[in-house]
Amino acid sequence: MKKNWWKIVAGLLVLYTIVAGFLLPVPRLDILNETIRNVYYHVPIWFSMLTLMSVSAFYSLMYLFNQKAKSDVVSSEAAHAGIVLSVLGIVTGSVWARYTWGTWWTSDTKLNGVAITFLIYMAYFILRSSMPDEQKRARISAVYNIFAFVMMIVFVMILPRMSASLHPGNGGNPAFGKYDMDNTMRMVFYPACIGWILIGLWLMQIRVRTEVLKRKILFDEQI
Amino acid sequence: MKTKHISELIKKEFLLEFRQKTALNGILLYVISTVFVCYLSFKNIVNPVTWNALFWVILLFGAINTSSKSFLQETKGRALYNFTLYKPQAMILAKIIYNTLLLCVVNLITLLFYCWFIGSLVQDFSLFILNIVLSSMALSGVLTLTAGIASKAGSGFTLMAILSFPVTLPLLLVALKVSKNAVDGLAMSASSTYLLVLVFINVIVGVLAFLLFPYLWRE
Repeated sequence: MKKNWWKIVAGLLVLYTIVAGFLLPVPRLDILNETIRNVYYHVPIWFSMLTLMSVSAFYSLMYLFNQKAKSDVVSSEAAHAGIVLSVLGIVTGSVWARYTWGTWWTSDTKLNGVAITFLIYMAYFILRSSMPDEQKRARISAVYNIFAFVMMIVFVMILPRMSASLHPGNGGNPAFGKYDMDNTMRMVFYPACIGWILIGLWLMQIRVRTEVLKRKILFDEQI
Repeated sequence: MKTKHISELIKKEFLLEFRQKTALNGILLYVISTVFVCYLSFKNIVNPVTWNALFWVILLFGAINTSSKSFLQETKGRALYNFTLYKPQAMILAKIIYNTLLLCVVNLITLLFYCWFIGSLVQDFSLFILNIVLSSMALSGVLTLTAGIASKAGSGFTLMAILSFPVTLPLLLVALKVSKNAVDGLAMSASSTYLLVLVFINVIVGVLAFLLFPYLWRE
């Protein structure tokens, strides 16, 4: 219980934001209308994904310094959990875009950035599966992970600010001022961010523990 | 790491290239045939967007083909020999500089043949060529590192393409934008920010390759 309290917090926060997100009043804005509620789900899911991808890149960096198998496992499983969240983020974004922009997908720097992120991590998984030797796989995929993560950050953070974008929060500083959030919205949005990030980390932790157990039982390997 | 080592390694690459000749000639024939196939299928292109996109697609595939060779020549014995003589940082810098020069030559020749067969729509040639040189540098950095990763993974061209496509896309999109501005003959001020981003990407890629390659090299 001492170790697991944050999982309960995560569950309660997400449960609260799902109920409050649908029931509490939101500002009436043109075009956005009720779809502004998507900010409670779509944006926190992206924050959670970015957190997981950063964890993945950080553990890749750790691996290059300490060569511990555990670092490699964490880095790989964080990327796996992040990909699940990125699919959720794409789906929620796509549904939202259908009702505000009138299309499921459009050529926009933010959307292209997401597609590229997805391709990068798929390439990372394929690179991992192409090498049978464990240490070699860990080292080479760590190098690619760090390289690809930095390029992804360059794309996701810098390019959308260079060109016009339809996406809310663009045009200069991507702050939340553009969402025209009022205080009621903030009361749901911030817990949602914390909740989803914790859920993502929980997902990662379960995957890491499964992988560690698998290696222990199948290969009799302590990590 | 000494600059002398880097120049020695670049000289070695040029000597190998000069003695074998198949690599450069093969790549040139590859891009020229691609341009010719495009010419036969399109005849002439009047739409600047299509012209620009087709040129960069040819250029990207040519660049991936050129750079994928950078570690193939290294047999295990020779790699070990180089490893005892040089620092990995010197190796990667030499490879990137050599690949940059090679890509510039290949890309400019592609441009020559592309304009010759399909016709040129470019209004601002100096900006267009500056863009090609800058993006050749960035492409060479990205592709040399991914070629190293793919060769260490022991896989061939497919893995190299999968690994490099998503990573080259950011710089490719910037290059496409500048290139489109050059085709339309817009004022330099419209492209200067994008050129700066291209330089910025060059710096990031260079630093990353410099820092990460030693880990890749160590066996």
